[in-house]
Amino acid sequence: MRRPLRAVAAVLTVLILSSCASGAGQGGPGDDAPGEESAPGEDAPGPTAEGTGGRDPALSGDLTVFAAASLHGVFEDLAAQFSTARPQVQVRFSFAGSSDLVAQLDAGAPADVLATADESTMADALDAGSVQDEPVVFATNALTLITPQGNPAGITGPADLAGADLVVCAPQVPCGAATARWAANLDLTLHPVSEEGSVTDVLGKVTSGQAEAGLVYTSDVRAAGSAVEVIGLPGADDVVNRYPIAVTARTEQADLARAWVDFVLGPQGRAALTEAGFGTP
Amino acid sequence: MSSRAGGLPGWAFLPAALGLLLIGLPAAGILLAVPWSQLPALLTSEASLAALGLSLRTSVTATALAVVLGVPLALILAWSRLPGARVIRTVVLLPLVLPPVVSGLALLTTFGRRGLLGEYLSVLGVDIAFSTTAVVLAQAFVAMPFLVLSVEGAARAAGRRHEVIAATLGAGPTTVLRRVTIPLLTPALGSGIALAFARCLGEFGATLTFAGSLQGVTRTLPLEIYLQRETDPQAAVALSLLLILLAAVLVLLTQRVRPGAGAR
Repeated sequence: MRRPLRAVAAVLTVLILSSCASGAGQGGPGDDAPGEESAPGEDAPGPTAEGTGGRDPALSGDLTVFAAASLHGVFEDLAAQFSTARPQVQVRFSFAGSSDLVAQLDAGAPADVLATADESTMADALDAGSVQDEPVVFATNALTLITPQGNPAGITGPADLAGADLVVCAPQVPCGAATARWAANLDLTLHPVSEEGSVTDVLGKVTSGQAEAGLVYTSDVRAAGSAVEVIGLPGADDVVNRYPIAVTARTEQADLARAWVDFVLGPQGRAALTEAGFGTP
Repeated sequence: MSSRAGGLPGWAFLPAALGLLLIGLPAAGILLAVPWSQLPALLTSEASLAALGLSLRTSVTATALAVVLGVPLALILAWSRLPGARVIRTVVLLPLVLPPVVSGLALLTTFGRRGLLGEYLSVLGVDIAFSTTAVVLAQAFVAMPFLVLSVEGAARAAGRRHEVIAATLGAGPTTVLRRVTIPLLTPALGSGIALAFARCLGEFGATLTFAGSLQGVTRTLPLEIYLQRETDPQAAVALSLLLILLAAVLVLLTQRVRPGAGAR
């Protein structure tokens, strides 16, 4: 009777392993050890890495930015530009839901800059003392109505949503809060077939053709390309989410952090954000 | 079990204790975070009850499905000399080691509206998108391997001598299966069912990817916990306690029914 025992042991092991895997993308920010993969000879750990020069391009070090998931594409592009002008700077990101990022910061995660997808999550970070300075709004994002390519349900506007398989964000997350405000403004009652925990999940349901319609951010639409068709949404401009950015309280390189914030707020940041579908605050 | 005979070296207890801490500490940590005074209110909220009810219903259905399909599969894998049995076993056990989100994508590309079978199902008027059926399908997909593994191991170890004797006494194959094989495999079946049920209860990634998330329809306990965490971490911890208790009871059950426990 040893085999069944062994089988049970194996099954238990795998059960544990697979539960670990389903832990839904936590972690991430922990890999901030100094001296990991950077310019040879430059990265003496500790404060000596900073203050090696007076000119702006002489800023150096590893900058860690916590940013809302919707900023993924545009911030990666901006980081490449930022590092080109400052060769001794490496920008690292942790992209996640805004409330996750705020909770991680509060728990002591090492980050220099925080950029969230709405002002209420940033207010939480401010209340918790996780950020210094006053947060500055650097972009806006509006909701829009999309369908899978080919628009199988023939949706032309909000009036057609009643009979279609509509997927939205749950009211607990920023995009869902915006959706609820939009529906209330228009006196609409939505009957979604699913309320997802993140806007990327909504987008996934639409691009795969599972859902016949979805409410996402305009910035997501650019990223999805031709997999979706944009129907547009009347009254969407009244419920835009405003994206604030701020330097964290625990940063040990405030100059570098401020340089990144200024860069995002500056002309190059503006151009990249517009290109990605974000609005100007 | 004991170190009297054969004797484990004393140092082995240090890594063993650390291993126990690695798993035990987080379990204790979440217990300490449970908001005990608000627990009844948090657990009996409408959303919590809906999630719990849905989780239990879907897990029972999916486990039943896994038994009906998985037991014959396990017996065939254990006893028949099918060519390519190793390949079949590999395929059947895949969901054990796949990340849940990959399982969800696999289901989506097969049963989804634009999937391999989805289009034909739509023609037949069967639409499982965003339905409770999709949740059951996802759970059965990830849980059945546990059952197959458990039953196949036991069946292989038990051999077929009882079945052969029963057959020589004139029993037909179905009678042998019903009166001899199944009773012999009851302990393994029991632990397999408990593990499969636990896996169904914990299913998260495949459901999220494949079935969606709507209260009372597709939002099972793990999905409810994931969502509550956004705005009400205390409610998330309270619901987590419920899942931890359920899981602990189920794992305990598998140890009780496992054959020859403590005999080593």
